[in-house]
Amino acid sequence: MGSIPRLRKFCTPQPLNFSFFTLQPTHLKRKEGQIAFLRSLLLERETKRREKNEVPRKIPRKIWRCMCMNDCLWAIGFMCTVWWFIVFVYHCLPSNLVGLHLPESPGQRLRREGLNALHPVVLVPGIVTGGLELWEGRPCSQGLFRKRLWGGGSFAEIFKRPMCWLEHLSLNNETGLDPPGIRVRPVSGLVAADYFAPGYFVWAVLIENLAKIGYEEKNLHMAAYDWRLSFQNTEVRDYALSRLKSKIELMYMTNGNKKVVVVPHSMGAIYFLHFLKWVESPPPTGGGGGGPGWCAKYIKAIMNIAPAFLGVPRTLANILSAEDKGISFLRAMAPGVFDSEILRLQTLEHAMRVSRTWDSIISLFPKGGETIWGNLDWSPEKDQECDFIKKRVFRSCPSDGRTDNTTKNAILLKEDVNYGRIISFGKTASELHSSQLPSLGFKDFAPYNTRANSNMCRDLLTEYDELSREIIGEVAKHKAYTAGTVLDLVRFVAPKMMQRAEAHFSHGIADDLDDPKYTHYKYWSNPLETRQVYQYQLQSSYTPLCSLKLPNAPDMEIYCLYGVGVPTDRAYIYKLSSLDRCRSIPYRIDSSANARNPGGCLKGGIYFSDGDASVPIISAGFMCARGWRGKTRFNPSGAPTYVREYGHKAPSSLLDGRGSESGAHVGIMGNVALIEDVLRVAAGATREELGGDRIFSDIMSMSRAIRLRV
Amino acid sequence: MQNLRRRKPSEPSRPEPEQKETTQNDPDSENGKERENKKNGRSKGWSCIDNCCWFIGLICSIWWFLLFLYNAMPSSIPQYVTEAIAGPMPDPPGEKLRKEGFSAQHPVVFVPGIVTGGLELWEGKPCAEGLFRKRLWGGTFGEVYKRPSCWVEHMSLDNETGLDPPGIRVRPVPGLVAADYFAPGYFVWAVLIANLARIGYEEKKMYMAAYDWRLSFQNTEVRDQTLSRIKSNIELMVATSGGKKAVIVPHSMGVLYFLHFMKWVEAPPPMGGGGGLDWCAKHIKAVMNIGGPFLGVPKSVPGLFSAEAKDIAVARAIAPQVLDIDIFPLQTLQHVMRMTRTWDATMSMIPRGGDTIWGDLDRSPEEDYDHKKRKQKRNETISSENNEDESHDSKRKKIYYGRMISFGKDVAEAPSSEIERIDFRGAPKGSSVANSSCRDVWTEYHDMGLEGVKAVADYKVYNAGEILDLLHYVAPKMMARGDAHFSYGIADDLDDPKYQNYKYWSNALETKLPNAPEMEIFSLYGVGIKTERAYVYRVSPSPECNIPFQIDISANDEDEDSYLTDGVYLVDGDETVPVLSSGFMCARGWRGKTRFNPSGIRTYIREYDHTPPANLLEGRGTQSGAHVDILGNFALIEDIMRVAAGQNGQDLGGDRIYSDIFKWAGRINLKL
Repeated sequence: MGSIPRLRKFCTPQPLNFSFFTLQPTHLKRKEGQIAFLRSLLLERETKRREKNEVPRKIPRKIWRCMCMNDCLWAIGFMCTVWWFIVFVYHCLPSNLVGLHLPESPGQRLRREGLNALHPVVLVPGIVTGGLELWEGRPCSQGLFRKRLWGGGSFAEIFKRPMCWLEHLSLNNETGLDPPGIRVRPVSGLVAADYFAPGYFVWAVLIENLAKIGYEEKNLHMAAYDWRLSFQNTEVRDYALSRLKSKIELMYMTNGNKKVVVVPHSMGAIYFLHFLKWVESPPPTGGGGGGPGWCAKYIKAIMNIAPAFLGVPRTLANILSAEDKGISFLRAMAPGVFDSEILRLQTLEHAMRVSRTWDSIISLFPKGGETIWGNLDWSPEKDQECDFIKKRVFRSCPSDGRTDNTTKNAILLKEDVNYGRIISFGKTASELHSSQLPSLGFKDFAPYNTRANSNMCRDLLTEYDELSREIIGEVAKHKAYTAGTVLDLVRFVAPKMMQRAEAHFSHGIADDLDDPKYTHYKYWSNPLETRQVYQYQLQSSYTPLCSLKLPNAPDMEIYCLYGVGVPTDRAYIYKLSSLDRCRSIPYRIDSSANARNPGGCLKGGIYFSDGDASVPIISAGFMCARGWRGKTRFNPSGAPTYVREYGHKAPSSLLDGRGSESGAHVGIMGNVALIEDVLRVAAGATREELGGDRIFSDIMSMSRAIRLRV
Repeated sequence: MQNLRRRKPSEPSRPEPEQKETTQNDPDSENGKERENKKNGRSKGWSCIDNCCWFIGLICSIWWFLLFLYNAMPSSIPQYVTEAIAGPMPDPPGEKLRKEGFSAQHPVVFVPGIVTGGLELWEGKPCAEGLFRKRLWGGTFGEVYKRPSCWVEHMSLDNETGLDPPGIRVRPVPGLVAADYFAPGYFVWAVLIANLARIGYEEKKMYMAAYDWRLSFQNTEVRDQTLSRIKSNIELMVATSGGKKAVIVPHSMGVLYFLHFMKWVEAPPPMGGGGGLDWCAKHIKAVMNIGGPFLGVPKSVPGLFSAEAKDIAVARAIAPQVLDIDIFPLQTLQHVMRMTRTWDATMSMIPRGGDTIWGDLDRSPEEDYDHKKRKQKRNETISSENNEDESHDSKRKKIYYGRMISFGKDVAEAPSSEIERIDFRGAPKGSSVANSSCRDVWTEYHDMGLEGVKAVADYKVYNAGEILDLLHYVAPKMMARGDAHFSYGIADDLDDPKYQNYKYWSNALETKLPNAPEMEIFSLYGVGIKTERAYVYRVSPSPECNIPFQIDISANDEDEDSYLTDGVYLVDGDETVPVLSSGFMCARGWRGKTRFNPSGIRTYIREYDHTPPANLLEGRGTQSGAHVDILGNFALIEDIMRVAAGQNGQDLGGDRIYSDIFKWAGRINLKL
């Protein structure tokens, strides 16, 4: 059986084509020879036939066919042989020849500097990157037991049995937990998220560098969890939070009482916020019962990589129309493919139905409403420059927390961009002044019969099918939605999902953090609603909740490490599509909407702002830059926070792979500077050694523009 | 290949008749010329290489086509074919129990044995570049062939400390993947895991206690904190399953490892886990030992003594030249020996209990073992069997299983009074032979010299107790390391404070079981396969260069159904562990309240008679009793699952015996 994958490799075309072209002359000569040989062969037969008085006229065609066959076989054989030879040579090569000019990895360099593993490290993967495997399934999934359904390069099943695959990845629409008869569980251990697909690293580079300074399985842990579930449900179903707690305690104990450095990525950052609150909450409220001193005792630093603290606008597009920047571009290029009814593929519709059962996506909705993300006329990024290429030139050196003045001077053609209107229907709606926009509230829909006639669409695919078409049109007439009202929109078009999800997540800003309602776990993952309990603790005998930062944990450091300089989705222009059809998504990103000048922020129906291609800097940086900076009501103990930005530099050559200086959302995990920072902290570096903040973007001025009481 | 051969010779013969035909039948001369030209072109172009290419192309195309068909085929067809040939398959135990209404209750902990756990590289020498976090052990073993000496270097441990050599870190793979498959397609735990999953088990209720099986047990804690991790994981699983106690399923050496764990967890912190004396009572429901070598494995003796196992000895018999070859500087065995001798864990399997358990020169507990008789016993009643027993016994000659190593077959069979022995202990060791060609591979035998070899051979016979002295003599460094971690004796007074040292913890004869009266201990093992028990040795032809001793493969019994095959005396067992070792503790040592089991933990013996797979399609069979294959035995899996789902030993039906274990255990003169 081992030979099957090897033989399969022959199918990969690249090297074969190459060898084929270069060797064509000899090949042709051979072809002639073969033709001659075949002709003679056939002539032999011909003469025999002639003896039997048969008609010989059809022979030329046969000759051709037969020759072609033989020729093909010859070619295949030739290619296989060449391929084997190349593979053989490749395997015989000393391994250092391939990467001859590889620069020294940061791990190696730091090791020479004398750094050694000190603090245990916990990695918390984000959404989508973690692997999932099947433990129990329907008959259609036979033979997949404990095989990966997600991640690790086993996406082959998608093509082999797509419907089966979708069915198994969906969760129950009511409970947000397993559908009956299906158990899909997260892969555990470092393999869970080291590579997402073969060759596409996520944590692998960081792990390898940590290993260079002495880390191994006993002081390195991957807190894999089922990223489809809401955070509290990972505990309810898999005890993921309990396991993490026990693991951290164990590592603390077995590594000479050294506190743990936690490295969450993307959604993992808010998952870990949830964990921090959970672990100190008493068991009756669904907590882990670690007591109020737990965080202070066990955690040294939290190094959030590309954290999505305040949400990601992209998830709105995902939920509304299962679209993504990539997909809408694709549609612009090949409009027929996704909309084709003939194929009955409805890829997007299926993707939407599945992803809407995943509660965790709701955790990434923009949090903080208009205060953070801007209202109809204002947004914190309003003065931002959109030409990222230009920007990078101007910001080749980090500015010390202040906005670089040169960038502002560079703005020549500035369009007034209303980033605050996260969803607008039509380009005009995104540009008009707010007074000209209709102000239609959702309450106005109440008198309508919002449910569709059930006869119209019998086979319901998405929740859109349950809405009457008029209402869908009405929604679009509302024209522009801000981060606050867009939640109403989603609630309206996907009521079931939001009802389920809002039991687990909240997206507001707390006015009074002492309000007892904030003890509920649905607030735990929102940094704007998790509160400090210092005073509260004094006032009542109620067991204090863990807040993000503890009064007695002023040493715990919080880092926000993220990439900048990549255009990032920030707001969308939508259009109505296919109102009349069943089983389709009525809204689409209007990919024809572009900015008037080439340097504009609007491209293909999406307004871009600075960020790391997924998370805008306002979401990644605000909490560390302002929300938790110093002693605030969100951080009463004054745990120090640091913002470390990494300017994006595209890989210089193909050999570079995804680049060692990338700032992209996942690519940043291979960023040498970031790896070095993480390694230094893990090896016990003090905050001074790292150099404090490292800022390239406008994050400081932006967060100052946000009117939030801190 | 047949095609190719057929094609080639036919080729040159073809043109001739063709030429004749064309010239005869075709009057048109122009046509003839044309053809001739083409013919010439063909004979130039269509060379042997072309032929090969064509042939390879054909093979590849057919292969792809078959592959395509295979992939396009619905997955139920293989099963259908199997059922058509072999009759309907029985329900797997998981399915059966689910239909009966069992569901996941108690968390399950697997403790893998020696060799089966995967190891991966975390830090290595330059030659191991690109292997970071790749498996060195388990999986495909591709690297063994690609860079063998690099592999041996990385798999070896430090000869002095028994820990990592400097600059190399090889670590156990964690998680269920550590030991579900040993190599692709060769399951270890996978079948059991799959069946448990059917009644609702998943990762949160199952834990693979993977450890580095090369290290001594206490060193796994020193280096990796493995014991602490197991403790923490068991505590976590018990807590998250609502206080349901864990069912532990150790296999092979994992049995000893878990014995060590149970003592470790009770011991106070500097050396132990500090769990307190009632930890086991609180956290463990049952220990279900599979194929447990409680008293050691005779197989480990030749492994340490001459790096041989039955398989190697047989290989030597078949191809005597290959392994002994001196021309190639391969010296495979020496390399293997040097590597395995750095693995402390192999020393945990040296037979324990000495003469008392394994027998001395004149008697051994299994001396009346009769393969035929045991086969018959299943069909007949006990009363009728007894008569036949005696008649049969008288015919048989007695086998001295107690003589674990004897030099020469005549010595192995002679009455003890006729053997002349010269004591080897303290015999001078000669200086190493100054043969530079042999020096590159270092084993401790080179320090011994020819005089030492002779002294060892002159002692003639070694029983289980003397084996230890022998090993001390031939491999002093290794045994010095081993003595710090393992002990092989029998305790006279278990309350002696010296038994608090960790080196006694894995010896069932020198420790007390924990104070946990509700706990149950099962011993599940296969019987009905001939298992190595004692060896006939000889001095190898060129002792100065090779390993000086090897199993005398020419020693065979005359009669057909023999107990001596290729220099190895065989007895009942599971191919690796003799029944005596896996069964004695549960049959007698711990049965009832004994000094080894002061709280009276209930013990059960469940034997599984070996039935080889009926045909090839069955793979390794569902009724196997072999040491590793038993993990796919449906009856065993069902027993484990029933206990995991809440039943106890009585519900399973108590003991299930096929062998003579109670008779043999009764013969052992051990104070209980």
